[in-house]
Amino acid sequence: MVEFKPKFEQKEIKYEEMRIYTDEELHNYTEDEVKDFKCKHDISTVEQLESGPWPSFVADLKREALHRKRLADDRVMIPKDVIEDLLGQLEVSFRDGETHWKHGGIVGVFGYGGGVIGRYSDMPDKFPGIAAFHTMRVNQPASKFYKTDYLRTLCDLWEFRGSGIFNMHGSTGDIIFLGTNTEQLEPIFFELTHHLQQDLGGSGSNLRTPSCCIGKARCEWSCIDTQDMCYELTTYYQDELHRPAFPYKFKFKFDGCPNCCVASIARADLSFIGTWRDEIRIDQEAVQAYIHGEIPPNGGAFADRDWGKFDIYEEVINRCPAQCMYMEDGKLIIDNKECVRCMHCINVMPEALRPGTDTGVTILIGAKAPILEGAQLSMVIIPFMRAEPPYDNIKEKVIEPIWEWWMEEGKNRERVGELIQRQGVRKLLEVLKVPAFPQLVKEPRSNPYIFWKEEDVPGGWERDIKEFRKRHPR
Amino acid sequence: MGLSTTRLGLYNPDKPLENRITDIGPRHFWEFFPPIIKRNYGKWKYHRILEPGVLMHVSETGEKVYTVRCGAPRIMSAEYIREVCDIADKYCDGYVRWTTRNNIEFIVDSLEKVEALKKELQSRKFYSGSYKFPIGGTGTALTNIVHTQGYIHCHTPATDASSLVKALMDELFEYFQKMVFPAKVRISMACCLNMCGAVHCSDIALLGIHRKPPIVDDEVLEANCEIPLVIAACPLGAISPAKTPDGKKTVKIKKERCMFCGNCYTMCMALPLADKEGDGIAVLAGGKVSNRISPPKFSKVVVPYLPNNFPRYPEVCEVVKRILETYAKDARKYERLGDWAERIGWEKFFEKCGLEFTEHLIDDYRLQYDTYRTTTQFKFTEPAWKASKAVGGL
Repeated sequence: MVEFKPKFEQKEIKYEEMRIYTDEELHNYTEDEVKDFKCKHDISTVEQLESGPWPSFVADLKREALHRKRLADDRVMIPKDVIEDLLGQLEVSFRDGETHWKHGGIVGVFGYGGGVIGRYSDMPDKFPGIAAFHTMRVNQPASKFYKTDYLRTLCDLWEFRGSGIFNMHGSTGDIIFLGTNTEQLEPIFFELTHHLQQDLGGSGSNLRTPSCCIGKARCEWSCIDTQDMCYELTTYYQDELHRPAFPYKFKFKFDGCPNCCVASIARADLSFIGTWRDEIRIDQEAVQAYIHGEIPPNGGAFADRDWGKFDIYEEVINRCPAQCMYMEDGKLIIDNKECVRCMHCINVMPEALRPGTDTGVTILIGAKAPILEGAQLSMVIIPFMRAEPPYDNIKEKVIEPIWEWWMEEGKNRERVGELIQRQGVRKLLEVLKVPAFPQLVKEPRSNPYIFWKEEDVPGGWERDIKEFRKRHPR
Repeated sequence: MGLSTTRLGLYNPDKPLENRITDIGPRHFWEFFPPIIKRNYGKWKYHRILEPGVLMHVSETGEKVYTVRCGAPRIMSAEYIREVCDIADKYCDGYVRWTTRNNIEFIVDSLEKVEALKKELQSRKFYSGSYKFPIGGTGTALTNIVHTQGYIHCHTPATDASSLVKALMDELFEYFQKMVFPAKVRISMACCLNMCGAVHCSDIALLGIHRKPPIVDDEVLEANCEIPLVIAACPLGAISPAKTPDGKKTVKIKKERCMFCGNCYTMCMALPLADKEGDGIAVLAGGKVSNRISPPKFSKVVVPYLPNNFPRYPEVCEVVKRILETYAKDARKYERLGDWAERIGWEKFFEKCGLEFTEHLIDDYRLQYDTYRTTTQFKFTEPAWKASKAVGGL
């Protein structure tokens, strides 16, 4: 059996040993009582979000508010009514059509430049509980699998020292602790590191918390060990994650295949996407089973609508962007050297087709949201790279040269994708010591303004005007 | 030793470096994998969606693992997580996971457990009648909306996030539980142009926008902000140095140059943009991140502004529903929303969805040329006749 080992010994977390609250404290209210619970502020607009089938965060926050209210004073370290104040401020924000959180506020834990985001209310007199209400980012385990012992411990810790409100998860992937005061930041950090063996995530001009798709843990398409790669690079680059030394943020994301479930190609400065370079595996019997309607296409993803009988030409062969598939003597043939690995045929017929087994990653660079020069998707920079622990090739040949260049040349708040736009892909190739290859671009340039270098041209650039005038008098 | 219950716990403010542990990173993932996941790591052969929200993965070893996927609010309480844990303890040997899109997945090893688990999940409701754990979000069903903080916890939003997502998912709930779209549909929400939700490649993206230039808080600007950085922060050079009548250093803004990106406010607290009448929501459509059939692409702005009508945003809900239902009716199987719009032509997209095309939708920023129609291939729709008439061409 495959097994992955942590870098440090992981002590087992048992909630019964860790817990703060008794069963009685944890069951100190009923659903009926939540229904009758009156928030200390008028929140009539906010309360309109209690109804409707989708889980109501308002109903959920109200029960937490009631639960907190019933805990003894010394059983929470920040005000008991923080949630009521939070809902109250949300109500005022709805009425004003403007947020009531102040700009900025630099707080953190000693020695780290990230992981904590300062947040202060601009209505501290009305909502004193949330006057200071900072966020902490807790580095999630790769793929977000959990054991309940860990989660329950986290709940007790955060309810005791913070608001008890989480984001599961923040956009970048962290577990978000939403709201505590300045005093409790260090104690929370100590509890996390000592008891939960758990570090904070990134914020600011740091390496941000890397994240990955579910990978081989429960997906047949993953070409790489996304969790292992994510864990290894996260732990290896802890210094870059905690201590800001970059021009701006930098994100790694790991997708097991070109389906890109973690959206690395749109969201990561370096996108690692699993791929293969041999042949798609075909089970011809299963292909026939799809053709004869014995297996639902696309794993049954279309089941609630009548799309008619499955048609392998209409649904697979003619949709192939590379047009590299055909049927011959009742067999599905794929011309693999023409395949662009888009995953469509594999997605449609997962029981008949599987990615190849000679696997690695395609590395792309530069994705970002629109601020400032416009949104960018990542571009291909390494067509194929082996991705095997400890990933030294990727660290030494790709990540570190790029960082070195970006830290040297990048302007304040310039993402690496913008630096590439400013200095050109040619510069990036020099940095990576990679020769040009056509897969870098969609198409060659259409303008002829080529930056020839002096060494490209026989005889160099130095010429004598007198010699020239001998041939061409003025 | 359990968690500390004293005010400062293990932290000694007099000796902050004492016993400080740093740089240990996240917990290792392997201990959090259920045993069946460990046993079959890397051996998964194929999967099937048995019904909306229920997946079956089959291993080369012959083992089968079943996943029940539930929608969840991204913002959740300790009490909610404890309830997740109760369910996971009861049915899943204490294991549970979250997806990238804020869904919760309960993993079990038999169909019998799936049935019991489903019953349990469906029975759990808030006092208000909302499901706590609605099952769905697989295949061509609508999955959960990823979003940002909004008024709950952010200093730059142009709208709220949690409320919009709640309102929209209530409105589109049937599509979360039924797999009837032509392909997967991803909706994402970011409450300002900083886009910490990175929504720019979603089938539908909802984006909080400002429409009034910043107000300059002359009184405090110099004391709080680095003026050269503030000036450099503006991508359009609309900010320049200035002095107040009493001689304080400040900045002035060429308002007609402002594109309302808010980058200056990110750099400087003395330049707030937020405004009740100014702020609202833009709707973008047609983006994707998957490489399937067509390459990943950006979402395009299809409605430049809708009002922040808290707390249920009827205008936004109506437009999103209209776009999705038009897409569902008109697109071909496997066609993502953006692929459909490109096949029929964006002019047809506007016609079919009943959306007005206004000048705001024409790019006039950095790469505008790439969006010009440089071919005579287009389809005639009503606005084209109107334009032709306007210049006497008809």
